[in-house]
Amino acid sequence: MSIELRSVSKRFGDVAAVDQVSFSVADRELVALLGPSGGGKTTVLRMIAGLETPSAGDLFIGGHRVNEVPVQDRNIGFVFQNYALFPTMTVSDNIAFGLKVRKWKPADSAARVEELLGVFGLEGLARRFPHQLSGGQRQRVAIARALAPRPQLLLLDEPFAAVDAKIRQELREWLVRLHNELHVTTLFVTHDQEEAMEVASRIVIFSRGRLEQIGSPREVYEQPVNEFVARFIGVLNVLEGPVQKGEARIGELVFPSHGIPDGGTLRIGFRPYAVQLSRNLGEFPFTATLRHTYFLGILLRVEIELDSGLVIKARVTKEDYARLGLADGVRVSFQIREYRVLSSEAGPLAPEVPTSPQPDIAVGI
Amino acid sequence: MAGHVSHHSSSHAPAQGPTERLAIRCLLIGLALLFVGLFLLLPLASVFGEAFGRGLKPYLEALRDPRTLESLRLTVLLAVIVVPLNIVFGVAAAWAITRFRFPGKPLLVTLIDLPFAISPVVVGVMLLVLFGAQGYFGPWLREHDFRIVFALPGMVLATLFVTIPFVARELIPLMQSRGPDLEEAALTLGASGWQTFWHVTLPGVRWAVLYGVILANARAMGEFGAVYVVSKPVPGEIPLALWVDTLNSEHQGTAAFAVASLLAFLAIATLVVKAWLESRQHREMARGQTSHSE
Amino acid sequence: MSSPRPRVLPGFRLTLGFTVFYLSLLLLIPLGALLLRSTQLGWAEFWHHVSSPRALAAYRLTFTASALAGLINVVGGTLLAWVLTRYRFPGRRLLDALIDVPFALPTAVGGLALASVYSPTGWMGRWFARGSALGDLFGPDGLKLAYSRIGVVIALTFVSLPFVVRTVQPVLESLDRSIEEAAACLGAGRGRTFLTVILPALIPSILTGFTLAFARAAGEFGSIQFISSNVPFKTQIAPQLIIEKLDAYELEGAVAIAVFLLAISFVILAAINLLEGWTRRFQS
Repeated sequence: MSIELRSVSKRFGDVAAVDQVSFSVADRELVALLGPSGGGKTTVLRMIAGLETPSAGDLFIGGHRVNEVPVQDRNIGFVFQNYALFPTMTVSDNIAFGLKVRKWKPADSAARVEELLGVFGLEGLARRFPHQLSGGQRQRVAIARALAPRPQLLLLDEPFAAVDAKIRQELREWLVRLHNELHVTTLFVTHDQEEAMEVASRIVIFSRGRLEQIGSPREVYEQPVNEFVARFIGVLNVLEGPVQKGEARIGELVFPSHGIPDGGTLRIGFRPYAVQLSRNLGEFPFTATLRHTYFLGILLRVEIELDSGLVIKARVTKEDYARLGLADGVRVSFQIREYRVLSSEAGPLAPEVPTSPQPDIAVGI
Repeated sequence: MAGHVSHHSSSHAPAQGPTERLAIRCLLIGLALLFVGLFLLLPLASVFGEAFGRGLKPYLEALRDPRTLESLRLTVLLAVIVVPLNIVFGVAAAWAITRFRFPGKPLLVTLIDLPFAISPVVVGVMLLVLFGAQGYFGPWLREHDFRIVFALPGMVLATLFVTIPFVARELIPLMQSRGPDLEEAALTLGASGWQTFWHVTLPGVRWAVLYGVILANARAMGEFGAVYVVSKPVPGEIPLALWVDTLNSEHQGTAAFAVASLLAFLAIATLVVKAWLESRQHREMARGQTSHSE
Repeated sequence: MSSPRPRVLPGFRLTLGFTVFYLSLLLLIPLGALLLRSTQLGWAEFWHHVSSPRALAAYRLTFTASALAGLINVVGGTLLAWVLTRYRFPGRRLLDALIDVPFALPTAVGGLALASVYSPTGWMGRWFARGSALGDLFGPDGLKLAYSRIGVVIALTFVSLPFVVRTVQPVLESLDRSIEEAAACLGAGRGRTFLTVILPALIPSILTGFTLAFARAAGEFGSIQFISSNVPFKTQIAPQLIIEKLDAYELEGAVAIAVFLLAISFVILAAINLLEGWTRRFQS
């Protein structure tokens, strides 16, 4: 089922929790609603489910306007952040609840519950009560319960927030597999950009009730539409300095004014991967000292400090780190391959400016 | 009390989500108001309606009756004796129960609750069995010309019995949830036991003590059954609640209601103080929560 | 819950000593004296007093009226708890405060007022009195509210009214709203959600409230003194029978019936303790 929001707003009193949001999701997509807390993403999810009514705008599911359709009639599978299992019902009664409400025949209902218990690896737990289950088991019951009546949409509110880091990784992969098998349009809310990048085929980014950008993980990482998105997705170096005589000086670094008049301030931003490092102090125009190395797995993040005290984050692979002979405290030369001009806080971004003759775009996180 | 905090937060961000249709909501609110109206509001209103029904003059006359004034004096005296003892007991019991481990503690907690479950009339019978003419100490008391039942000491004992749980019941859960950390910290800083109690424990529980006190006071001033059994219906020698009964059985309706209105004022004052204490508690808990999260 | 640590804090002997002394003097000695006195009666005499036809009639009225009052409060109290926790309307806080009137108003005053409101000339009673439209439905004499068994139920409902509200209210407040939303997402309407999801979670607290209300009502005397005509076999409750025995200087009979009521109090108290443990399971 497709979903479309047209200029949807939600106000709580004077506060606009969601402000004029429009986007659409195609049938069978797996989409993440991403943003900091208070960004409005959960409210959007709850409006799609019918748990909140939009204050303005139109909401379509499968091409039909559903603003006035009550939650009971939307055929939505909703997985709550705290799972919201019925405490007085067993696991199988929880899963069967939606079927009973829809007046399935007892035999069909029992068969469906059996099937889901199998799919979710809950076979031995059918007669248990929620308070007798582990966190991971509760979550699987919650998803099984939501899927039991074969909903047209599966909506998950922060599905992995309440489990510990190790299980979270397994659950992410499992959700992707589940989505591939079920072909049901799935939206999930998360505040964790890494989770969104890893699981979703598209990401909708919210901040302060407004939609900032929608796109594939690669698009929002490589072509962020504004500084907020650029900063929220991945790491961004931001530098700013005054413009004088047609150029901006930021510590030892000099940038063209990019049309900003003298007396103004130039802000630029660049990803750590845009910084090229070398032990050969003559290779690149600027020199700095490597202050600290963060081991992140196959990638390493290093902080280099210029003599002026300016600190820049760079990223190198494990192999390059060894090949270049990098270590904390060594002197390096570096250049910034490409950067963007940031007009103002959270404003739109100018196109990327290559500083080297052949900008080879690196890909990844 | 946790629930009251959620009250607070839900009034901030209106809890949306599924609710009933407006008509159903109005119907349910209407039925609830009807229920409270029939059983609580109407009787409360009728006390004042009947008391002032014949004008202010008979009302004031009934109150100026020396027997009424004697009853009022006795009622206040009972509360003045009973409530302080109840505070001391409640604080001591809460301290022992929440700060130490000892065998038989659950039994002790159950015993403190026991007076809520026992009929006041049965309490009166207990005192008669001990101190009445046919009671265990009856002959001895008569020999020494000392009266307990059908006199002030009996009324005090009866009232003390029925008020046992009030302060303790407010304090025990509160002090349990606070734990001994603050007191232990005070001790490590060199405070004595009494200093710790006065400066650390008491400020944290004073509102709960007050809460227990106003309820104990209302019960002490209004107790009927237990005091009824151990008192003689002599005008001027019984508390107000019993004086209402005597007037009523003598068909002095207006006077009975006039005296009853005094007790109804006490009830309203109790409820107002109680509501004030509760809202105060919410605020303190809300403050406590924000300072925690910061 | 932090369990109290070994005795680092001072005051153990003093506070426990005082607590035990106070309870012994005021509670245990009187209680023991009553029980001792009843054992001196001998089983036959005890049984004779406890099972006399008048006593049986008084118990029957006491416990059926208390149970009825409890049931009225289960319905009304749950409704009140629901309305107070779920809806915002003008006067809600006042309504919330009014619930505690029976705790704050002496029962004598409550009984006096109820007797007046529900007497044949009272604000409510007149609608059911002889010759009134509603009263005629119940026969030529109308329906007597005060001074009848109905009056006993009314008074017991009054004195036990706060219990169900105050036990259900916190449970309802702490009940996770998202389970209701989950039920809605699965297609359940409000009525079904209440019956299958909310009510089962409230049952332990409703039962606790009922038991507390029942216990309070079964021991009530003050308000009944005003609203009941105290006619043996008709409107006399057990505590009134005890008073009657005392007035007739039959201490033995009073002791026997008092011990019987006490035994029932202990059973109820045990039930309350069990129920409260059960309630806690659903509250967090």
